[in-house]
This record gives sequence, structure tokens and C-alpha cells, in this order.
Amino acid sequence: MFRPMTKSNSGIRTAGRRFLATAQATPNRVHGGLQDQDRIFQNLYLGNSKRCHTGPWDLKSAMKIGDWYKTKEIILKGDKWIIDEMKKSGLRGRGGAGFPSGLKWSFMNPPGWEKNVGPRYVVVNGDEGEPGTCKDREIMRKEPHKLVEGCLLAGRAMNATAAYIYVRGEFYHEAETLQRAIDEAYKAGFLGKNVCGSGYDFDVFIHRGEGAYICGEETALIESLEGKQGKPRLKPPFPAGVGLFGRPSTVTNVETVAVSPTILRRGSSWFASFGRERNQGTKLYCISGNVNEPCTVEEEMSIPLKDLIEKHAGGVKGGWDNLQAVIPGGSSTPILTAKECEDQIMDYDSLRDAGSGFGTAAVSVFDKQADVVHGIQRLLAFYKHESCGQCTPCREGSTYLSKMMDRLAVGQANEKEIDQALELTYKVCGHSICAMGEAFSWPYQGLVKKFRPLLVQRIQNYKKEHNLADRELKNGGWYKGINLKDGQVNGSPIPRNSLYH
Amino acid sequence: MSTNLIKSMFTKRVSLKPLTQYRYGHIIAVHRDTKYNNSKIPFKFTKSNLERAKAIVAKYPSQYKKAAVMPLLDLGQRQLGFTSISVMNYVAELLDMPPMRVYEVASFYTMYHRKPVGKYHVQVCMTTPCQLCGANNLMDTVVSYLGIKPGQVTSDGFFSLEEVECLGACVNAPMMQINDDYFEDLDSKEKVVKILDDLKLNKHPTIGTTKRATCEPFSGPKVLKGEPLDVRNVTRKDI
Repeated sequence: MFRPMTKSNSGIRTAGRRFLATAQATPNRVHGGLQDQDRIFQNLYLGNSKRCHTGPWDLKSAMKIGDWYKTKEIILKGDKWIIDEMKKSGLRGRGGAGFPSGLKWSFMNPPGWEKNVGPRYVVVNGDEGEPGTCKDREIMRKEPHKLVEGCLLAGRAMNATAAYIYVRGEFYHEAETLQRAIDEAYKAGFLGKNVCGSGYDFDVFIHRGEGAYICGEETALIESLEGKQGKPRLKPPFPAGVGLFGRPSTVTNVETVAVSPTILRRGSSWFASFGRERNQGTKLYCISGNVNEPCTVEEEMSIPLKDLIEKHAGGVKGGWDNLQAVIPGGSSTPILTAKECEDQIMDYDSLRDAGSGFGTAAVSVFDKQADVVHGIQRLLAFYKHESCGQCTPCREGSTYLSKMMDRLAVGQANEKEIDQALELTYKVCGHSICAMGEAFSWPYQGLVKKFRPLLVQRIQNYKKEHNLADRELKNGGWYKGINLKDGQVNGSPIPRNSLYH
Repeated sequence: MSTNLIKSMFTKRVSLKPLTQYRYGHIIAVHRDTKYNNSKIPFKFTKSNLERAKAIVAKYPSQYKKAAVMPLLDLGQRQLGFTSISVMNYVAELLDMPPMRVYEVASFYTMYHRKPVGKYHVQVCMTTPCQLCGANNLMDTVVSYLGIKPGQVTSDGFFSLEEVECLGACVNAPMMQINDDYFEDLDSKEKVVKILDDLKLNKHPTIGTTKRATCEPFSGPKVLKGEPLDVRNVTRKDI
């Protein structure tokens, strides 16, 4: 949940400051600077494929960098061993919520699970739609074998019989690459009956989505896979009890699954040696927006945000001092101001303490020339468009908020409407079926908390421009000269189609 | 109620015309019979598509055949060019589903075009990360080149334009999707015009980013420059 930043609960921030100031602090190392030999996704820039003159789907070139090595031995270690290793590695779900993966996988094997005879499923969530995030796409099109092998090992850990990879519909070529990799794996006997000679049967299927952000939510994804509208289910029952096709299933993110074979091969302690405690591992960061060199890069968890932007993304356009704000983890995480970014560490706990979230580690950078208010307005339009329409708080809330934000973005509002919209988001948070309610509330709450003066200034400018006294601009942006005719608002400066104008 | 009154209720119905310029494509779930889209127009999968359909249905448990509705509608759309009511009815029949369940699905997902689109369906991503990198300029270029607004089709039926939400290539922003292909890093007018010019001449523009290999920094990779690591050398000894 959204937690405001206060001095008392910002433990890591004070720790960070102490570290920077003096040497008397605990010897807390600065994270980052991951070595090439510790990167999991070696083919991220197609280095290996280029060397082998093949596509990423090619099994032989993938095996050259160690994919599918000793898979049989790992399978034969059994479900408990795999889950214990995953628990020890400290891997947390890479889809945004950060739930410990080993624990999640273990929910599939409650005592007596064997008595429930029938198929059980791993569902891999490749419906990557969060604005700013483009890591799963890179995995699917460049490291498909890591993903396919991950499905098998995750499936073994959960005692599943098949995996469905839900790939977002727009990723046509990515799905094709993945399908070719799966076909190669089948041909080599790594999938199908008696995989790798271990006596275990396992299938992997691809299901392509058709363009719905909401299908990234786990129960909506299951609904969509079952051939229905992607509308989230109420929980409980949780998918580990009743999931896909009414059978026990677990939905995990592409990255979580794709890193698991390497973790099992290199050992949990290797993976756990990166990042701060409870935030261990390596992670794909996508740095987009106003940076000199936007890129996707694998780095250590807990890397300082400044290092990440300066070292890998070539710095903010116009220098670090030109930074205005950063959305640290995909569109639904609250925005951070430049001042906060100074000593911000990129991991689940520290970003939560800073009143934001780690999300999918998709860093969107706004420089001082960018319009933050307009950026958030566009995000809220996105959420309005993507709300599935099942439950009222989200359907109506996102529409109201988006319309209010359209006006706030041009300043055609009263100052108290800022708080009214804020109140609306508090009414939505926690009252919708899935987390979409929070997802569109947080960006607005973050904006008001961090950039309220911008909003107020815009309102005042608007009044000045249109020669409006305080009382003349009414709630809803109405003033003299605006009227309704044939169901259309006339005379309002807000463009009727505020999306593209 | 007099018949005249009832008649006038229908005849004086608010015209749907103004809606076309809005982005309501997926929100209006109503089907209205037209010359090119009504249930009397027959539709059938071609022989090769029927085989594909069988392979798709085989992916799902036999008692859950309806799970194949999304891929089959997609297949139908690829064959016909858009998801007409006949495609939906045909898929419903094929999967033993009530047609309404298929209509629900077809109207929920944005990638089913329930109206004909151009031969090249141009989708420009306008969400915040792209917007920060100049998606508005990209859209301006496309709009002025094609002479249509988002949501419209050119008169020759060659191009259609749509404003879409995040397409998941934010690092390569700004970008657009034409049919199944991504065109990325479109930071100058010339690049966009060249792609559209090529399509007009039935040439194949290069798919993917226009500025770099994939998702590395513009100046080339800063990491992973050497020989890739072979995990076999660092695998733990006890497995």
C-alpha cells in the first residue's frame, strides 16, 4: 500500500545519508557495478547469437552458454530441493509486487496435494503492458531458452503438468521466436514425454493475448486464457487452489521464471550475494524517457538510482541538475522528485520507504523541460482506457480522475478540486477487485504530494489568461461562455479528444 | 403510446456519426449490420487455416475447447482482414460456444478490429514514456503524411491510423506498430516518412529499431562486450 514518507519509516534513506557522510557508519557497500560474468542474460544484446550466426531460438547456440545444462539432474533433485533453493536465493517476484518466489511456488504443494489428481499448471505472465516496462520482451526475443527451461524447472517445483506462456498480443515476433525455441526443445527431447530422460512429462504452450493491459493481473490472465473477457476474479480462492481450468495453478512473471535455471545452476548463495538483504539478486532495468542513452540493462539490486542513470543510460539530458522527476518502477509507482533521486536506492524496501515502489524497475526520467503534469495526465488516460469495467470504483474512478486530470493539466479547475480528486483516489484504493485501483491512484497521489505547486500555478495562470476572478471558475471547469448543446460541451478550451491534439 | 411516437423515437435517434472521430473502437460493443459486415456473409477458414485451428484447439484441455476462442478469432481476422460478425459466428460454431460468449471476447480486446482497417494498420504509441521522447511529433508526421486522423482509414483503404497505449518498447521510444511489425527510435521526420513511403511502394522497410541493434545504449553496449559466459563452467558441483 501507499505509505507516505516520514522521517521515522525512512530507515534506508537515513542509512544511505549516513553512509555518504562519514565512514563511521556500518560498512554498507554501494551496490551496482555488476560484472559481466554475473549477468544472467548473456544474450541481452545478442552477443552470443551474433557469434554463433544464429537466431536466439537456436538450441545449440543457447546450449553453448549453458542453457539446458544438467537439467535432468536438477529435475531429479525434486520439488522440495528446487523450492528450498529458490527460497534461499531470496528471489522476489519480478512482476512488481515482489512476493518471495520460493514461497509462492511452495503454495502449490500443500500437504496432501497428491490426492488431487489431475493436471496442474504454471502460467507465465508475459503480458507486459506497464508503461515504461520492456524487459520481458527482451527475454522472450533474446533468451527464449532460459524462459522455456525456467518453465520446466518451475513446473517441476510445483509438480505441474504443463505451462502456458501468455504473451501479449502485440509481441508477434517475440511469440514467434519463443515458439521456435519451444519447437527446438521438443525436438531435442527437452519437453514432452519423459523430459531429458528424467521420467517427468511436461508441455509448454504459448497463448497470445489480444491487447488488454488488465490481463497482466493474475486472475484476469487466467480468465483470458480460458477464453473469456479478461476481468479479474475475486480472491480467495487463490489460483494455487483453483486456478486455470479449475485446477491448481500459479502465475509468475517471465523474468522470475527465466532467472530460475541460472539460480539453480549457480547456487542460491551466488544469487543472494547481490543486493541488500531481502532484496537480493540481479534485475533487468529499463531506463526510458529523457536520458541520453535509453537502454535495458541487467544490474544488481539496490543499485543507487543516480548510478544507474549516469553509468548505463548516459545521464539525464542536460546533466543531472536538469532532472525534474523520476517514475522509478513503471507507471503505477508514485513519482519521485529530483531531490529524492539523489540518494535513492533501487530495491523493493527502500522505494517503499520512500513512498513509491520498485514495481518492474522501469525507470522513466523527466527532465526539467518535460511536463510532469501532462505526463501523469496521459498515464491516467491510459488507465481509463485499460480499466476492464468490471467493478465500479475502478471503472468510474479512472474515468472521473482522467477527466479531472485533463482539466488540471490545462489549469481549468479550482484549487480545491485537487483535493477532491485526491479524496476520490482514497475511496478507490483497496475497494476494487484487483490492484488496478491502486495502480491509477498512486500516480495521481504522488503527483499531488510532490508537485502540488505546479498544479496550483497552472490553475492561477489559467485564471489570469482568461481574466477569471476566483468565484467565476466553478467546479468542473465551468465558467461563463461554456454551454451544453446537443450533448456536447461548447466553448470549453479543453479539447474534446484530449488524447491527441 | 402511439405508433407515430415510437416511430419518431427511432428515426430521431442521435446520429452515431460524431463518434467516429473518437477513440471508442472497443467501447462501443454494439454490432450494426452493414453491407460488408452482416451475419449473412458466409465465412469459413481456408484449408490451411483449418489445420492451424485444429493445432490451436489441441493446445487446450478437450473439455475447455473454448479457451481457443482468442487465437481462432485472431486467425479469422488474419484471413479476412477484420473480425466480422460472420467470423465470430463461425468461431462460435467451431468451438461449440454460444455466439454471445464470442461477441463478449471480440468486443473486449482491442486488437480485434470489428470494422475494416487499412492494409497497413498504423498504431502510434502515445503513452508517457513515448510522449517524453516526442511521440506527438511522430503522430503529427504520420497524420500529415496520411491525411487522416486517428481512428480513420485512408480513402484508398491502404492505411489506417490508430492512437494506442503503451506497446512495451519504451526504451526504444518513440515507436509505432504497423500490422505486426515494430518500428522503433523514430526520432526524426525523415525516418517515419521513409517507412511510410516504402510501404506505399510495396517495399519492405526494415523492421525494428532505426538507430541501433536492439536495446543497448545508442553508443553501443557498455556491458556484455566480451565473450559470453558459459554457465557450465560455474555450475555448482553437487548437481
